Amino acid sequence: MSDLVSKQQAAVTLAGDPFSPTRDPHHGHPPHLAHHFETPEQQYSSAKVGMWVFLATELLMFGGLFCAYSVYRHNHPEVFEFAHHYLDRSLGAINTIVLITSSLTMAWGVRCAQLGQRRGLVLCLVLTLIGGAGFMTIKTIEYHHKYVEHVWFGAGNRYSKHYQGPSINEGPFGGHQSESALRMTEGERQEAAADKEMMAPTTQPTESFGPAFVDPNAGTPDESKIKPTQVIPAGLSTRVRPEVGEEVRYEDLPQFEKDRVSTFFNIYFLMTGLHGIHVLVGMGLITWILVRGARGAFGPLYYTPVDLVGLYWHLVDLIWIFLFPLLYLIH
Amino acid sequence: MSDETIEPSSVAAAPGEDHAGHVHVVPPWLLLAVFAALLVLTFVTVAITHFDFGRTVNVWVALGIAVAKATLVALFFMHLKWDSPFNGLVCVTAMFFVALFIGITLLDSKETAVNFQPPPVPAARPAE
Amino acid sequence: MSAITPPAHGIGLPVEREPSPPRGDNYLTHSRGILSWLFSLDHKRIGIMYLVGVLTAFLIGGIFALLLRTELLTPGPTFNSNKAEAWTFYNHCFTLHGAVMVFLFVIPAIPAVLGNFVLPIMLGAKDVAFPRLNLGSFWCWIGGAIFFTYVLLGGILNASFGWHLPGGYGLDTGWTFYTPYSTGQGPHAHSTDGTIAALLGVFILGFSSILTGVNFIASIHMLRPKGMGWFRMPLMLWALYATSVIQILATPVLAITGLLLLAERVIGVGIFDPAIGGDPVLYQHFFWFYSHPAVYIMILPAMGVISEVISTHSRKHVFGYNFIAYSSIAIALLSFLVWGHHMFVSGQSPLANAIFSLLTFSVAVPSAIKVFNWVSTMYRGDIRFTTAMVCAMCFIVMFTFGGLTGLFLGALSNNIHVTGTYFIVAHFHYVMVGSVLFAFLAGLYHWWPKMFGRMTDLAWGNAGALTLLVGFNLTFMPQFIMGAKGMPRRYATYPVEFQGYHVVSTIGAYVMAIGLFTIAFNLLHALLKGEKAPANPWGANTLEWHCPSPPPHDNFPVEPVAGDPYDLKSWQWDEATKQWVLDEQRARTVAGTEPTVHHH
Ligand code: HEM
Ligand SMILES: [Cu+2]
Repeated sequence: MSDLVSKQQAAVTLAGDPFSPTRDPHHGHPPHLAHHFETPEQQYSSAKVGMWVFLATELLMFGGLFCAYSVYRHNHPEVFEFAHHYLDRSLGAINTIVLITSSLTMAWGVRCAQLGQRRGLVLCLVLTLIGGAGFMTIKTIEYHHKYVEHVWFGAGNRYSKHYQGPSINEGPFGGHQSESALRMTEGERQEAAADKEMMAPTTQPTESFGPAFVDPNAGTPDESKIKPTQVIPAGLSTRVRPEVGEEVRYEDLPQFEKDRVSTFFNIYFLMTGLHGIHVLVGMGLITWILVRGARGAFGPLYYTPVDLVGLYWHLVDLIWIFLFPLLYLIH
Repeated sequence: MSDETIEPSSVAAAPGEDHAGHVHVVPPWLLLAVFAALLVLTFVTVAITHFDFGRTVNVWVALGIAVAKATLVALFFMHLKWDSPFNGLVCVTAMFFVALFIGITLLDSKETAVNFQPPPVPAARPAE
Repeated sequence: MSAITPPAHGIGLPVEREPSPPRGDNYLTHSRGILSWLFSLDHKRIGIMYLVGVLTAFLIGGIFALLLRTELLTPGPTFNSNKAEAWTFYNHCFTLHGAVMVFLFVIPAIPAVLGNFVLPIMLGAKDVAFPRLNLGSFWCWIGGAIFFTYVLLGGILNASFGWHLPGGYGLDTGWTFYTPYSTGQGPHAHSTDGTIAALLGVFILGFSSILTGVNFIASIHMLRPKGMGWFRMPLMLWALYATSVIQILATPVLAITGLLLLAERVIGVGIFDPAIGGDPVLYQHFFWFYSHPAVYIMILPAMGVISEVISTHSRKHVFGYNFIAYSSIAIALLSFLVWGHHMFVSGQSPLANAIFSLLTFSVAVPSAIKVFNWVSTMYRGDIRFTTAMVCAMCFIVMFTFGGLTGLFLGALSNNIHVTGTYFIVAHFHYVMVGSVLFAFLAGLYHWWPKMFGRMTDLAWGNAGALTLLVGFNLTFMPQFIMGAKGMPRRYATYPVEFQGYHVVSTIGAYVMAIGLFTIAFNLLHALLKGEKAPANPWGANTLEWHCPSPPPHDNFPVEPVAGDPYDLKSWQWDEATKQWVLDEQRARTVAGTEPTVHHH
């Protein structure tokens, strides 16, 4: 009972100015304790619960993208097997390692904060930031290559029906294209043009579902123009993997699947894009605790922000752990 | 106990702060061991693509390794091993509901999406 | 025994009363100026601001409803002699009616207003776990509302002057944003301009909802007072907890759905839009994975309110506490397993249809458990026909109608007949209006004395509630019938044989409006001229009634000890002082603070 009473007295004295960040040390009220908590422990645990619940919402949000991914991959496995060759698995693997390393330094940073090692904390956070920056740099390189290869999202994707971009050899890196890739694209572009012609009269609602459909097995008149190309489309990745069974060729895809190739890229950009945004946000948060940590704000008694930002950063890592095999390692 | 458990409150207990909590500090060797395991698993997940077990198994193998890696991150880097069980429950529940969402949607999607034929596109749609 | 004003300490606390705050100081008078409200971290003020917000949204949604019903008075065009324009106007009206009512009103109504106000006090706490996030939640709501207002304004300016606000010209997709309507392909391309703004609004409102959920979960876990184990929590808290679980698990999926639609509109990424390679049925999976659970974000907190009100105003311990508590959690979890019942005729696979139909039936079980328990609580109770209680009784009956017709809809063969008709419209209005709105009103009447320290006038309140009940049934009962006869929803015109039903329905809508204005007048009157309310006007025993009306800024100077929240017998009516007084001996015994007494 006396314990209860003393706790209550503590609570009463705490009920002063709710906005004051620090409390009178004579009464033994630790700094950072908000007025509506009784003990720092309660406050810390609440923050953790809140953070985990928030992380759950992040998982569910990415879950939507994973769901879209699963449905399209399930329904169009060949498309995914074909299109993923545009992704460079070496860069993907390097980025995985970069992110894992930054997770290590982050976890170490939390340890330093807990032990009150200010310089260790700063070092760890700087390393983590470098990891994040490295990840984003590599991601940018990958995106850039996709951009110049015209395997961008939406209508910027040469496999999209709506592709209206410049012909490949007019592109900034046009000269570097292999001849076969050009031919393939050309054939496809003609095919798309033919499609468009066929669809032209169908703006009347009555015909909406008819002519747009091209029988997968009948082939279009232009198909003959598509010459066999190399197994791997010319892209960033030039890796041929003869060791893995037969590869999917674009030419072998039925028309319906050809139409879905651009979907792979859309999903790729959505997933890695949303993930990339999270990396950027994480870097912002790390910068924030870095500044505070350098000023000595954290120690054994108070390191909640470091812990929470750490959790966030690990979650970003955790999502990448799934993205990497699902996007880069399809076979 | 092999890993150090520090109770910061006992290190520098502020007056009046009687139970500031049992804070777990992860020892360096454990951090490094988890890191090493993650690297190995990354290597494995890449290397294993040289073997073809068929479409379905390939996916499940990749997912299995990813889950193993995620578990390591969650348990050790994210402190779930020493954290309140409720936080672990939150994490597992979230994963479960993601699986539920994907599972049920997949169950249905094969029926609809494959046969779905897109309607014609009005030529006027700007390409941006 | 002692009178209880101001009972600053908790039940039976053996401590001297702490110096109470300066006389007359409560959360309303604690600080002054509009900024002290807009940036207040006090959960009570945030709750009140939310109240103002959602009521404004309700008014706007209500105006749209009246426009819709007026248009439907006759089969011909009403507001515009040009048929095409009249029909477009109708489409915009029902979309904005639905979107405003769902996203800006029903979803935040009970959790963000009543929940915010009472949850910390019921916990004997000074605030929610994260007051800043709570304020953030409110500002997210404002942000979302701004986007909606922009869409609305765009529609009005366009209709009146033919102006086009950039990207904000009305919305006619329906609140469901189904693709391809919302992706603007084909003939609809010009009129769905507002989709982008509306989706941004929905996205931001999602954050508002999530932040509330995070806060409530953390608060209920971490801030419970001494003596309040999980099964000593007021049922309102169980309901809010279950609601929060749904908000956490479902709302992020709405967020990503909105983002994907935005991506389709803005950068041409085709996930849902068939014209650019997407799958519209997949969109419906995404949408209903959120939106079915979302209907439980609306109804669960309503059920929490009802449990409090029924028990208090029947002066009886709530019947089947554990069942009501568990059924909240059961509903929350089951609600994630039935989303496909909105897609029975959307091209969903027969296997999925059968599974979803079966699971849909199972939701009725925990819902019915609650109804039975409320009725059993009332049975042989000392029922007081306060306005709160009258609204709660309306709730029980209306919810039974709404829930049972849900079962009709869950039956596959029958669903094919009535889906997309007014039967659906009637079903969900019986749950969203007949139930949630009545529960919201019940809660407002129940806690109004606590919120503002004023009593409401009984006669006017009851008159308003009963008018609302009559108007509501006049409006929606005929819709069941015409729906079953084949009147489709979302049409501005109809075969003349349906006109009789539509006329009754429209008259009902105006009667509802009269009822609602009576209630609004009644509440405002109480605010300005109402009798001063004591701390515990109803003799209820949850912790908020142990603190003064209106509560002081910090709620409780010391953390109270909780007892059995439904032990109404520990409050006795004292004829002499005309007040409920606490039998402290009994309260202490029940709270278990008496060492010699063992209570479980
Ligand atoms: C006993 C529980 C319930 C059951 C069994 C049930 C069943 C159903 C079914 C099967 C449908 C789909 C009809 C169709 O589209 O063909 C439906 C629609 C709907 N329900 Fe319920 N329901 C229940 C409770 C609720 C609650 C509590 C709410 C809201 C608070 C609600 C709101 C709605 C709405 C808004 C729709 C129509 C959505 C739309 O298409 O715009 N339902 N319900
Ligand atoms: Cu539903």
